[in-house]
Amino acid sequence: MTTGLLDLPLSGLHTELGGKFVPFAGYSMPVQYAAGVMAEHLWTREKAGLFDVSHMGQVRLPLDQAAALERIAPIEVEGLAEGRQRYGFLTNEAGGLVDDFMIARYEDCFVVVINAARRAEDLALFEKHLTGFEVISDRALLALQGPLAESALAKLLPDVAQMRFMDVRKLAWQGVELWLSRSGYTGEDGFEISVPVTLADDFARALLAMDAVAPIGLGARDSLRMEAGLPLYGNDLSETISPVEAGLSWGISKSRRPDGAKAGEYLGAAVIASHLGGKAARKRIGLVPEGRAPMRGGVPLFLSETSATQIGEITSGGFGPSLGHPIAMALVQSDTAADVPIWGELRGKRHPMRQVDLPFFKTSYKR
Amino acid sequence: MRFTEEHEWLLIEGDLVVVGITEHAATQLGDVVFVELPELETAAAKGDEVVVIESVKAASDILAPLDGEIVEVNDALVDNPSLVNEDPTGEAWFFKMKVDDLAAVDAYMTEDEYKDFIGE
Repeated sequence: MTTGLLDLPLSGLHTELGGKFVPFAGYSMPVQYAAGVMAEHLWTREKAGLFDVSHMGQVRLPLDQAAALERIAPIEVEGLAEGRQRYGFLTNEAGGLVDDFMIARYEDCFVVVINAARRAEDLALFEKHLTGFEVISDRALLALQGPLAESALAKLLPDVAQMRFMDVRKLAWQGVELWLSRSGYTGEDGFEISVPVTLADDFARALLAMDAVAPIGLGARDSLRMEAGLPLYGNDLSETISPVEAGLSWGISKSRRPDGAKAGEYLGAAVIASHLGGKAARKRIGLVPEGRAPMRGGVPLFLSETSATQIGEITSGGFGPSLGHPIAMALVQSDTAADVPIWGELRGKRHPMRQVDLPFFKTSYKR
Repeated sequence: MRFTEEHEWLLIEGDLVVVGITEHAATQLGDVVFVELPELETAAAKGDEVVVIESVKAASDILAPLDGEIVEVNDALVDNPSLVNEDPTGEAWFFKMKVDDLAAVDAYMTEDEYKDFIGE
């Protein structure tokens, strides 16, 4: 088919498994399999779900580029220990978010995992600030998530049981090197596994042959990450939203904060410092609609049923299958009191929502 | 039973027309999590959006297939939206209409025509 979309390396397997495909970030990706979004979501919370996230960019970076990366990301890269991974983001001159990413430090290099939809913007920044980086095109990326992820994966790779949250390791399977991190995007314990394309189909099938493992599509990936309160670039994060506004201040390393040993000296540092000092205009919050109607991204928000002044909008929203009710994340004016109801306007009618702490669903990372 | 291009089914019951969505539509929508039904005794013109259905994936509408008045709605769907997936052509009817012209139902597709339409 000439849709102009890229196929995942495992698209044949997804088709065989009954995957329904949708365009996402330039790729044709399975949004669900026969079980459907709800069942796939609940399966991941109870057992182990296998996700194909090969659309995400994997970039190898020489170890000597740590300081250079710190010029475009407000995180501590030099101090990242071998065998560990850290969350981070790229910023622009205005203090907005260019992308968010994971960076892992192995013995011989860093590996950075970036969002597919932001590949061009990220690589433009890398070109300008970094040397010697290499976009990896011969590896698929799989995620195995859920309470049974460890026991399932350990059947193939016993050493994974020794990893804790945000550890990374290279382990061999059938004589081929896999790159593993104990992390994910569902709020569950689990792993992300970078596997050479030539071996990806075998590896995925070896996992899917286990009773505990089922394939999970993009639809459940979205509802799982929303329940876990995790932002998605393009919905909750953008070039005009600062990390502080997005609720990601925790991701700015101590050493890179205004009072840190390596303060500033990254794009947008002055703006972000002022936001850290309380000058952020907006904040990301969690909302639970009082009714059953899901409130999705773009819904305008107000402080009352009749107020003419919009205070923000929903950035991500939908139904939370593990919670049994709708949930939403929103960007609102930072002076919005935390204990007042927020009204969302849907199809010309306003519906009340209550503010709640994120995450909506308790995460169970293995720290 | 007759079928619309919007994947609704219509069934004549006495002098009323019962309206629901087809199995094909329910499958395409995915798990339904919310249903908003019209008010009773609402006049509806053909093409009016009278029902909102939200699945885990997206929102969609049911359009009034004919001119008439909504005289009955299936409140069970409000409490249990998943009925739409479980029994789309039976228990999960959405509303009943008193229509101006009952014969207009026959203008819609037969089951065979609908199956051709969805490529089955």
